[in-house]
Amino acid sequence: MRNSAIAASGLRKAYQDNLVLDGIDLDVETGTIFSLLGPNGAGKTTTVNVLTTLIRADGGTARVAGHDVATQTKAVRAAIGVTGQFAAVDELLTGQENLQLMADLKRLGSGPAKAVVTGLLARFDLTESAQKLASTYSGGMRRKLDLAMTLVGRPEIIFLDEPTTGLDPRSRRTMWDIIRQLAADGVTIFLTTQYLEEADRLADRIAVLDQGHLVAQGTPAELKRQIPGSHVRLQFASDVELDTAMRLLPGSARAAEDDLILRVPSDGGAKSVRALLNQLDDHSVDVEEFSVHTPDLDDVFLALTGRASTKENAR
Amino acid sequence: MSADATIMLRRNFKHTLRNPVAVFNAILLPIVIMLMFVGEIGGAFNVGVKYVEYATPGMIVLTICYGLSATALAVNSDMAKGIINRFKVMDISRSAVLSAQVVATVLRTLVAVAAIVGVAFALGFRPHASFPEWLGAIGLIVLISFATSWFTIALGLAAKTPESAGMAVVPLILLPFLSSAIVPADKMGPGIRQFAEYQPFTPIIETLRGLLTGHPSASNAITALAWCAGIALVGYLWSLATFTRRA
Repeated sequence: MRNSAIAASGLRKAYQDNLVLDGIDLDVETGTIFSLLGPNGAGKTTTVNVLTTLIRADGGTARVAGHDVATQTKAVRAAIGVTGQFAAVDELLTGQENLQLMADLKRLGSGPAKAVVTGLLARFDLTESAQKLASTYSGGMRRKLDLAMTLVGRPEIIFLDEPTTGLDPRSRRTMWDIIRQLAADGVTIFLTTQYLEEADRLADRIAVLDQGHLVAQGTPAELKRQIPGSHVRLQFASDVELDTAMRLLPGSARAAEDDLILRVPSDGGAKSVRALLNQLDDHSVDVEEFSVHTPDLDDVFLALTGRASTKENAR
Repeated sequence: MSADATIMLRRNFKHTLRNPVAVFNAILLPIVIMLMFVGEIGGAFNVGVKYVEYATPGMIVLTICYGLSATALAVNSDMAKGIINRFKVMDISRSAVLSAQVVATVLRTLVAVAAIVGVAFALGFRPHASFPEWLGAIGLIVLISFATSWFTIALGLAAKTPESAGMAVVPLILLPFLSSAIVPADKMGPGIRQFAEYQPFTPIIETLRGLLTGHPSASNAITALAWCAGIALVGYLWSLATFTRRA
């Protein structure tokens, strides 16, 4: 546990009768990106709130940057930076004033503060909008400003609670680049997300949270071994054609007994899909419908818990 | 005041300057009410002295209370926007955000009170207060504003939405109307008269009136100070408890 930036054991939290966290154990190595993956209502934000001293756990212990979150709140707060689910910027201040406020509260001193503020504005591509009120910013710009505010004072551990939820694909990519760069600078990052793709691309380790329990933990590669890989779904007009295709394609299986859909393992790339369709064509097997399926969070949940994610259940 | 609170106060000042409509509202409406009562209706009341002399202390207190709705809204929107959670996870003093709001409210209130006193002078208000009595009156005004601000901050924190935060301060804004602000309590009907006599704003306004007319009453002053201290203490403790609980 020497090298742990975040170490938690047996964290429990309930709101009245609603058990939100039921014995969470976490160990995040210094300088790595750790992702807590789970659907809405799994307990991700509650975990972040406990680790960042916003709420107290009912049971269990957690140490962040070597300090106990329950008894050494001051030391924990001095070591961390937090960007919550909703951009926590002051809308009646300009971008620059928001950063200046953080610099003042961190007592950077007027000279260094100026350099830090200018540097962050440039790094996050906000220099042009620096003098505009944050209320006029787009969603992506607010998130960037929010993260920039978190970075003032160089925290050693950064918590990002669903940093890309609600962002358009381009802003999401920008955010990913920023997160990777932070990690490259040696910052420990604790990231929560609903997107498997996001965790996969960014995280060194992933923990899957479901209804307050951790159902799996490991590297992205380890986790993906536990879930069905991407596959191609082929629909046929008759049983004869389906049987022929099944013989031709190794590893293929019927999706269900009563329909004419075949699941074929495939990486979903254009090359392999073309080869697959050509092969069927050569044997005059007609494909009625065709789709590529990549694993998403629901597949992970199905594979790990034997049921769909809680979000699906609620429907 | 702590360094954190000073930084927060600067933030509140910028907010105030960028929301001039709220400031105008807090200054203008009490003036309109004053003109209405003194200019239009005032002649109909027989209060023993020139009506503007009678009404001004009440109008000052009314001005203090009217400005509170802006504070309740500001506190509530801070909570709703998530910026408070950012402050909470930083190594800064818990009460800095709240005490900065109180100081900002008191200063804003003093500007509005200065405006209403200016209008009162224009309408013929000629107080007979000595210099120490003036100091006492200003001190009392600051104290009322301080106490009601803490109470308003608690209301703003406890409210779930900006709308309910706005509603929560309405009783505080209306209370001065049901006191001896506009007519003496003994001229009121039964029921309302007892209410007016025992509610906090009557002794507060009577103390202020006594100071400004040069006839301060010690018993009213003690009751007024006790009310202010009580309101401030309840507001302060309630605010801190709510602030710590709400994540």
